[in-house]
Amino acid sequence: MISAVLTLLLLAAIFGGLLGFAAIRFKPEGNPIVDDIDNLLPQTQCGQCGHPGCRPYATAIAAGEAINKCPPGGEATISALADLLDVEALPLDAEHGVEAIRTVAVIREAECIGCTKCIQACPVDAILGAAKLMHTVIAAECTGCDLCVEPCPVDCIDMVPVATTLRAWHVDKPGALIATDKPPAPNASHKSAA
Amino acid sequence: MLTFSSPHTVGQNSVSKMMLTLLAALIPGFAALTYYFSWGYLINLMLACATVLVVEGALLALRKRPIGFFLRDGSALVTAALLACALPPLAPWWVTVLGAALAILFGKQLFGGLGQNPFNPAMVSYALLLVSLPVLMTTRWANVEQPSSLVTSLMVIFGDPGLALDGLTGATPLDYYKLNIGRLTASELTANPIFGPLGSVGWAQVNLAFLAGGLLLLVRRIITWHIPVALLGTLGVMALFFSADADVHVPLQLHLFSGSTMLAAFFIATDPVSAATSNRGKLYYAAGIGLLIYLIRTWGNYPDATAFAVLLMNFAAPLIDHYTRPRVYGQQKPIKGFKADD
Amino acid sequence: MIGSQYIKLVDTGSIPGGIHPEQHKIESNSSPITTLPLPTTLWLPLAMHLGTPAETTVQIGDRVLKGELIAAAKGLVSANIHAPTSGTIQAIEPHAFAHESGFVQPAIALDSDGLDQWRMLEPWSDWRSRGIEAVIERIRLGGVTGLGGAGFPTDVKYRNSQAVIHTLLINAAECEPYITADDRLMRERADDILRGATICQWLLGAKTILIGIEDNKPEAIAAFRAAAEQLQVPIELAIVPTKYPSGGEKQLIQLVLGAEVPQGGLPSDLGIVCQNVGTLAQVYRTVELDEPLISRVTTVTGAAVSQPGNYQVLIGTPIEVLLAHAGVQMAKADRVIMGGPMMGFVVPDLLAPVVKSTNCLLVPTKKELPPALPDNPCIRCGLCEQACPVSLLPQQMLWSAKNRQLDSALLHSLNDCIECGACAYVCPSRIPLVQYYRYAKGEIRQENEENVSAERARVRFENRQKRLDREQVEKEAKRQSRAAAAAKALAAKTAAEGKAGSETNALIAATLERVAAKKIATNTGPVGLSLSELAAVAQASQEKFAKAAGRLTEAETNAPEMVAALKKATGKLEEKYLSSEAAYQTALAAVEIAAADTPKS
Repeated sequence: MISAVLTLLLLAAIFGGLLGFAAIRFKPEGNPIVDDIDNLLPQTQCGQCGHPGCRPYATAIAAGEAINKCPPGGEATISALADLLDVEALPLDAEHGVEAIRTVAVIREAECIGCTKCIQACPVDAILGAAKLMHTVIAAECTGCDLCVEPCPVDCIDMVPVATTLRAWHVDKPGALIATDKPPAPNASHKSAA
Repeated sequence: MLTFSSPHTVGQNSVSKMMLTLLAALIPGFAALTYYFSWGYLINLMLACATVLVVEGALLALRKRPIGFFLRDGSALVTAALLACALPPLAPWWVTVLGAALAILFGKQLFGGLGQNPFNPAMVSYALLLVSLPVLMTTRWANVEQPSSLVTSLMVIFGDPGLALDGLTGATPLDYYKLNIGRLTASELTANPIFGPLGSVGWAQVNLAFLAGGLLLLVRRIITWHIPVALLGTLGVMALFFSADADVHVPLQLHLFSGSTMLAAFFIATDPVSAATSNRGKLYYAAGIGLLIYLIRTWGNYPDATAFAVLLMNFAAPLIDHYTRPRVYGQQKPIKGFKADD
Repeated sequence: MIGSQYIKLVDTGSIPGGIHPEQHKIESNSSPITTLPLPTTLWLPLAMHLGTPAETTVQIGDRVLKGELIAAAKGLVSANIHAPTSGTIQAIEPHAFAHESGFVQPAIALDSDGLDQWRMLEPWSDWRSRGIEAVIERIRLGGVTGLGGAGFPTDVKYRNSQAVIHTLLINAAECEPYITADDRLMRERADDILRGATICQWLLGAKTILIGIEDNKPEAIAAFRAAAEQLQVPIELAIVPTKYPSGGEKQLIQLVLGAEVPQGGLPSDLGIVCQNVGTLAQVYRTVELDEPLISRVTTVTGAAVSQPGNYQVLIGTPIEVLLAHAGVQMAKADRVIMGGPMMGFVVPDLLAPVVKSTNCLLVPTKKELPPALPDNPCIRCGLCEQACPVSLLPQQMLWSAKNRQLDSALLHSLNDCIECGACAYVCPSRIPLVQYYRYAKGEIRQENEENVSAERARVRFENRQKRLDREQVEKEAKRQSRAAAAAKALAAKTAAEGKAGSETNALIAATLERVAAKKIATNTGPVGLSLSELAAVAQASQEKFAKAAGRLTEAETNAPEMVAALKKATGKLEEKYLSSEAAYQTALAAVEIAAADTPKS
């Protein structure tokens, strides 16, 4: 009986020692999980999660923050993060915003006064322009974070939903049997040219 | 659901047609069971069918699903029929009712209804009953020497079981053989009138009837050959190998033609919802069941091992699926495992 | 015919799975192809082929002749569009387009003038002497695209100089039910097809012309035999058993040649180029007769059609015009399907025109093709995987697609699905399987695009951060250098003023030292006073000193006994004045330096 207990204790000590050694000797540089998390985030850099950009939020998640604070990422991102980190997939925290249709900013050029406030606000430098010259949004680079709307002193920026093109369109999933089975669809399809 | 995507035409097959064919294929087996053993089988069938319809209807209503739509597909009736085949015919009526209710509740609806269950519902129920009511489940088997008439069966099932149970019930041949190994030689054992040329009297005919039903399923393309062949093949090979000495182990023909072997091979193991997906996967899955049936029958405590063998392989089916994907057109070899490596 | 030197019968293999739906060919293949009368308006969509949409080369009001170019191909994978008849360009605007989505597409409207006048044609009977490049270019100029249903620009298939091609496989299978356009074309114009095949064979340098045809078309097989004899073109005939989908390109190759196109590869990797019979007939007409692709054979069939059959239709004919001509009873019609019942789609707007890839218009009644019933759950019966010609596991793909597990869908080779619909046909639960797969494929494509743009956004964000940091560093450096420069300038200024010999300044300098010393000693001084206050104090003490100095001068002349006392007082006032003036100067200098640093906003 004593010998059994001693044997188990010895085994535990040996394996514990091995694990501890491995944890210190083979410790990875930095925190690679932050890169993985950042890759899953949508890179809108909008700040709706409360952090100034996607990478700071990724770092926070690695430190233990909740994964349900990203509205542009929506359900899909929360599920992907839940899979990666092996945590529960919580519903999107409404305090930080709701999952909405993808939009891009459009400047009403007739009203633009060339103040460059929106240019300074854009986190991905998607607005072209200079002081006292026309400002315009490069639609292909705009992530729809809408950080430019507030600083504009003449309120000339609209957030316009992105229309689906023929090339990007695909059929929707077949309908659900009962109404509560079907999740609310966030993307609208617009019938438009090309 | 109303779709606008192709194809715009479908074949003539439907779930209820498949289920009805399955029920039809069980008729020869039921006839043999009733004739050789007891009317209790038919009584249990009625009880089980009534129970499943009521229980499933109630659970569907609870889950806010359209009741008529789901009851019409006939899958609950198939579960009831399989359960009625498997349960002892002279067990009290409440055992059958309980079993049917458990099959629908724990075996099917709890997981999300038709198509969602990882385990075979009839086997889940059988295992639950076997573990919870061991005496009733092992002592109420009918005796081929004295098949119980309709009236007697009704009395036993619904009434006081104290009367004349001794003559009516008896150990199954598999049980009898296994228990007496070592005490009697093979020839002495088989001298007992319950044994015949093809294993055991009564049970052999029943198994042949189920075999006929199974062949009907094969012809109608309800099942493919992979599971029955693999199951019977593995069981046969194991039995052949070990029972070279019939004094020590149960002989081959008794394995193949008694108990629920044919029922398992053609009706239970082939339940598509809980079985493996690809053809190759089905071969491994059924081979595993055959192997386990032999092992549990020979070295385990239970005389008939089908339920546990099937349930154990149900656990393994998803893993088998991951490693038995077919080779797709254009691929060098099939994708195995959990990640597609590019 | 047996033992002919021109015709060789080859054995065929088999494909896994497949189904045998009712063929419904007899309704439309018993009558010859008839030509539609000239429609009044034709609409030519710019995106009716695979690849980049064409660009308009005409303007509203232009008069064009039949066969004239009206939109030019853009880029490598694109096709020209020609006027199907002579007339005037009426409009260039978004118009109804035959696509599942119902989106409108830019199209050119052509009002026909009824004359059907051709442009000048330049036939090439000697195309062999023109050279391969020229012939391929002529095919491109003619706007020839695949007429089997996909609409791939044909010339692109012949521009692949890397591949060594040994077989031209002619796809004459037409395996989908109801469609008979290819069947009638083969019966009536087998010689055109073989002439086109000869041209393509020459372009590829291929050894063999192999025709893959189903055994339900005996008349077409006979027509090919006769044409091969007459034109003296050696062909190989592979007669395959009728099964859907043996006419899929990959399936046909597996069937007649026993080889599989590698995953992600093309038939040219195996040395094969596959062409539809209609495309080959068109290649002949374009290369030899200089006729661009402006019309095609389309089957109109279904129980709601009173004159089902095949029609030679001008590209751009509105579908409703074609249906009216074929005698479609719209009241009986349930829907209009472009294509066959297995792979076609419902046309959302009948104003949409017939395009280059329209091989069939199927107009069934409700009884003929009943609308879909609600589907049962999947019972995992496995009949779908028995039917799949690509050896996929449709069951597993369904579970993945339904739950949007896109990684799992890819693990089960979702991208290899040819969307033939055999699985959905056999499913006892009547699940719309192909719609799930199309949905999943679309979601995967969308996610990939989103990942690419998210990556771009991340890079832009990081570059912006770097730019801001860099600007911050530069600003700090500039400020430091400016501060140093300002201090130097002040020192220089003070020295310069000292050299000019101003007494006051020298006194100020001396006083600065005294005051500084005193400050350290007494720790007093006009701290915390604003610039204006310092100026006022300096001003006031200067006035006092000036007054005192004046009195001293007066006393030196008038009251000599007062001079000593007055001198002492004046001296004190002088000190006070100098110290306050010094303080003011110091403060002023500091403010000037600070002002130079502040960025003007």
